[in-house]
Amino acid sequence: MQENDIKFLEDSFKKYYFEHFGLIHVPNRTSEREFGFQKFNSGMTRHISIKDDRELHLLLMQNIPSDVYCSNACYSFPNLPMNEKDWKEADLIFDIDAKDLNLECRKSHTISKCNECNEISTSSNNCSKCNSIKLEKKSLPCKNCIDTSKIEVSKLSKILTEDLNIQQNNIHVYFSGNEGFHVHVYDSQFQQLGSRERSELTDYIMFNGAIPETFGMKKFKPNRSSFPDFEEKGWRGRFSQEVYGSKSKRSKIISELIVNGYSSFQKTLESISDKIGAKIDPNVTMDIHRIFRLPGSLNSKSGLTKIFCNDLPKFDPYTEASFLDENSVEIMANCPIEFKLKNRKFGPYFNEKVSIPTYAAVYMICKKLATIS
Amino acid sequence: MLALGQDEIAKYPFLADAGQYLKDKGFTLEQFGTDPDLKSLVEKAFNRIEVAADGKIYHSDLIGDQASNQAALPREVFSFLLAIVLLKLSGMNTLIKRFALAEARRAEKYLEKDLANISDESKKQLAIRIIDDLFSVQIKKQDDYFVIPISDYLKHSINFHEREWKLINRHVENGMVFLTPHETVRLIRKELGTYISSKIINAKTPPMISGFEESVNKLISMSKKFATYTVTTGEYPPCIKHAIEILEKGENLPHSGRFMLATFLLSKGQSVEEIAPLFKNAPDYNERVTLYQLNHLAGTSGSGTQYSCPSCEKLKTQNLCFAIPECDNIINPLQFGKKRI
Repeated sequence: MQENDIKFLEDSFKKYYFEHFGLIHVPNRTSEREFGFQKFNSGMTRHISIKDDRELHLLLMQNIPSDVYCSNACYSFPNLPMNEKDWKEADLIFDIDAKDLNLECRKSHTISKCNECNEISTSSNNCSKCNSIKLEKKSLPCKNCIDTSKIEVSKLSKILTEDLNIQQNNIHVYFSGNEGFHVHVYDSQFQQLGSRERSELTDYIMFNGAIPETFGMKKFKPNRSSFPDFEEKGWRGRFSQEVYGSKSKRSKIISELIVNGYSSFQKTLESISDKIGAKIDPNVTMDIHRIFRLPGSLNSKSGLTKIFCNDLPKFDPYTEASFLDENSVEIMANCPIEFKLKNRKFGPYFNEKVSIPTYAAVYMICKKLATIS
Repeated sequence: MLALGQDEIAKYPFLADAGQYLKDKGFTLEQFGTDPDLKSLVEKAFNRIEVAADGKIYHSDLIGDQASNQAALPREVFSFLLAIVLLKLSGMNTLIKRFALAEARRAEKYLEKDLANISDESKKQLAIRIIDDLFSVQIKKQDDYFVIPISDYLKHSINFHEREWKLINRHVENGMVFLTPHETVRLIRKELGTYISSKIINAKTPPMISGFEESVNKLISMSKKFATYTVTTGEYPPCIKHAIEILEKGENLPHSGRFMLATFLLSKGQSVEEIAPLFKNAPDYNERVTLYQLNHLAGTSGSGTQYSCPSCEKLKTQNLCFAIPECDNIINPLQFGKKRI
């Protein structure tokens, strides 16, 4: 990124951090957490410990980071090197990202930027100008991306409360600041679990690795009565609702399942996994040493804020997570796709000079689809 | 320590304090080597190890959970304690491992029976307490099942590789896992084995006792037949082949895939410089970053920790596993192609 673009982003980010201290707080057990940050065009600084909100705000004002992170783990010595920190426990965290949902709409709002010649195009495999395969993909997520991600969050939330007995008020949902949602779970029975145990939990939530026997299907002489009932709790219940459709069809569908046999049943399980499992990023949940984006901080992939979602169904990130100011700036925009922020439409722009509000300029520059002119 | 009755010590002899037990009964170890009436117990102890080494469970003189006669109870306990003495004198760790496992399986049977006991509440309570005291697993009875918190379940179940132990294949409700008595006990098998073997390993080795030599020598020669030799075909497992193909095509291999590939090749003895060129085609390739990361994984920079190749289970979760029949239930890609001869 060019110098004057960085300067513009840093100025805008600094202003945000100065004017929105109220949105940015340290998490509970502050002094046991590891903090980290990145600056534009620079590597990660981590293993930092912070006492309170004041110290955090000072760090923000002094460094003007592009991204700020905080560990899900609690340590005795958060500022020492990794193997000396003395890990105690870690909150359960989840990342639901629209880019992992294989959505049809994605093609229509993904732009490729060639790393060799900087050409911007909407083709997906090779650069349309120099044919290079070294493309950087930039997506401007649409309403469908957000709505589908919300469905995944609801599925996750249901599994967490019903199966894992987590209290609703300990589940905090945040918009990630870019293409999805982060879910933090506090004070659960899982705080002390290691990475391998969390991997099992991940498979449970994603509906991975289910075997036919769990749902009553045996290789030899399957018994009708061991198939799940419609009202059962947990996965057997969700399986019933998905596969039978309605209570009255149960008997008929079980006959079909038995006739089709064991390996067909296994295929059924795999195919419904996509529909009934919650599509979380397994790597995030398995990681017990992760530094995870700090709520209230800006996401340098978009200039939007990672913000708490009070009312998920009604939440609109493009109005509620955009906090940068309206001051007009002149930029050179090359963004062949239209997008919407704060209820205003922008683009498409084809290599043209435009004057637009700061929040929209930052959004495009973060996506590397514009530069300060 | 739990207060145990005579028949309970016979079922769970590893709970007894060995020295104290002998003293209470008025015996010394030396007596077992010389007294003609007691010598048969050393043979019984040897036999107990021999059966375990064969992978079988020692068939005790206990009938059900009642001893056939009162005299049989101390004999049961003595043969266990003497077996430990013999093992310590032989110094053969492979036999200790096998013995501990077999004894764990034996105790498992009794625990299961006690848990399922409907007529004798005290037996059930004892089994529940043993499991809680020794392994900090708190189980509660609920209808026909035993329920334990998911987090406790996971700490133990991750040691199993069979799919039915995956949490997804369990009855889960309100943060609890529902288990049968059999499954409850099976869940702690490994820990029971570890508990017994750590008791043996931590026991003091006495000086050689006259009359024990023959049995000890037989154990030493017995352990030799367990030495194994392995050969490897040198072929890469499918997950690694797949990752290399992706990179060769210039497609994006996720971070977790790169981690797997690098740690695998490092473990196979390749150098950072040999591995780095593999990543050249990656869309975001940067030589400096790649070398930094590889050195970090190899432990030559940063904290000095050498990272190891992830398990097959983990790779499955990350969608990086492309198992073929030749994988043959290995639990880590590094085991691929290894054969015992």
